[in-house]
Amino acid sequence: MAADNVPDTAWKSTLIDDVGETVNLCFQCGTCTSSCPSGRMTAFRTRQILRMAQFGLPELILPSDDLWYCTTCYTCYERCPRGVEIVGIITSLRNMAVRAGFMSEAHKDLVKTLYETGHLIPTSDKIMALRKDLGLDEVPHTVLRDKEALKQVQYIMEQTRLLMIIKES
Amino acid sequence: MDLAFFVGCIAPLRYPGIESATREVLERLGVSIRDLEGASCCPAPGVTRSFDVKTWVTMAARNIALAERQGQNIMTVCNGCFGSLFESAHLLGEDPALLRDVNDILEGLNMTVTPHGVEVRHFAEFLAKDVSDNTIKKSFKRKLDLDVAVHYGCHFLKPSKIKQLDDPERPTMVDKLVELTGARSLEYKDKQMCCGAGGGVRARHPDTALAMTKAKMDIIKEAGADCIVDVCPFCHLQYDKGQKALGKDYDIPVLHLAQLYGLAMDIDPKLLGFEAHDIPVKLKV
Ligand code: SF4
Ligand code: SF4
Repeated sequence: MAADNVPDTAWKSTLIDDVGETVNLCFQCGTCTSSCPSGRMTAFRTRQILRMAQFGLPELILPSDDLWYCTTCYTCYERCPRGVEIVGIITSLRNMAVRAGFMSEAHKDLVKTLYETGHLIPTSDKIMALRKDLGLDEVPHTVLRDKEALKQVQYIMEQTRLLMIIKES
Repeated sequence: MDLAFFVGCIAPLRYPGIESATREVLERLGVSIRDLEGASCCPAPGVTRSFDVKTWVTMAARNIALAERQGQNIMTVCNGCFGSLFESAHLLGEDPALLRDVNDILEGLNMTVTPHGVEVRHFAEFLAKDVSDNTIKKSFKRKLDLDVAVHYGCHFLKPSKIKQLDDPERPTMVDKLVELTGARSLEYKDKQMCCGAGGGVRARHPDTALAMTKAKMDIIKEAGADCIVDVCPFCHLQYDKGQKALGKDYDIPVLHLAQLYGLAMDIDPKLLGFEAHDIPVKLKV
């Protein structure tokens, strides 16, 4: 990566390889920002992220907390007059941020829960009792009752190295 | 093709009433389902996809491959699950290089995913498209006298280019399904606005998520809603737990569409799992 305000053209090409050329179509109209539910509550500005991506400024984007205020609601994407793949671009930038070691503890914990249980929500005795009261099987018919299935999920996460990326960061 | 019920995480493990209501309602409508055995988290798009697209699409592909093995299309009751599975199935059908990469990993599990092998359906659009209004109405035992704030959520209709279910800005699909019960679906400001939970925001920036929930709740209260009806357990959780966290006396019960249909079918409320809700479901229906 180059110094933080010098455009990094090599980085920009990796972004385009990942999500296509639509980042270059953005003409900074601001429709995305004015549609953004998260931007209403915070200083997060969708348009600014797009402009920084267009310039090729990873040093400014990847460590930034702003990147993580998007709820992926797709409102901006639906309304963008230039067909910019906004959510795809934000997703790609987030993937890069994770690989560069910028990930919150709360998010790391979710990945660990996913690896350990195959679900993102832990189960409990209370919920199993309630399931029984409702006439459901106490344990749902998922990885929760099938150790081999859980191993398959863990195998996938090992193959894609997500867990290792997190541990190394 | 029969349907494989993909339960996800939040429905079975936080609001099991959504799962039981779905089973009861589909049975009364004569729709047969089987559990998708060995399924995992979809995995949740807002977080998993944001962290690593390849992990997201491969885990989703495994769930899709399980359905292929059962010879059934997938039925979800959650916008997140629908988003992950539908969009992954779409990508795998469009992108041969991605398909190859994913199948390379699945091969290690003696599994494989076929492009366009199964369809991914959402409970709400399935009812709207595959079950007639008459059949639905005939299954109802009473008319619900309620003013409902429908919340579509984001990943049910969007991205609309690939979902192609309804107008993403002014949809009517779920409003119509709600009105079949006799309830009135309210028009309200910012109806299509996100609940605030998605994209990993609830986990990383809970106060920002809650600020969005508050904006919605203030409008919904102002509109005079008796309850919120959603089609997504994650939005459901955000509204139910969010009201409690906000500490205001909104007191607006949150029901999944399956639970609302359960009430209209006069299913014992005990089987609809309202016990798990933070905001008590006391409705004069
Ligand atoms: S709406 Fe589209 S063109 Fe307008 S600023 Fe946002 S990304 Fe750029
Ligand atoms: S998808 Fe993200 S950036 Fe776009 S409007 Fe929604 S929250 Fe804002």
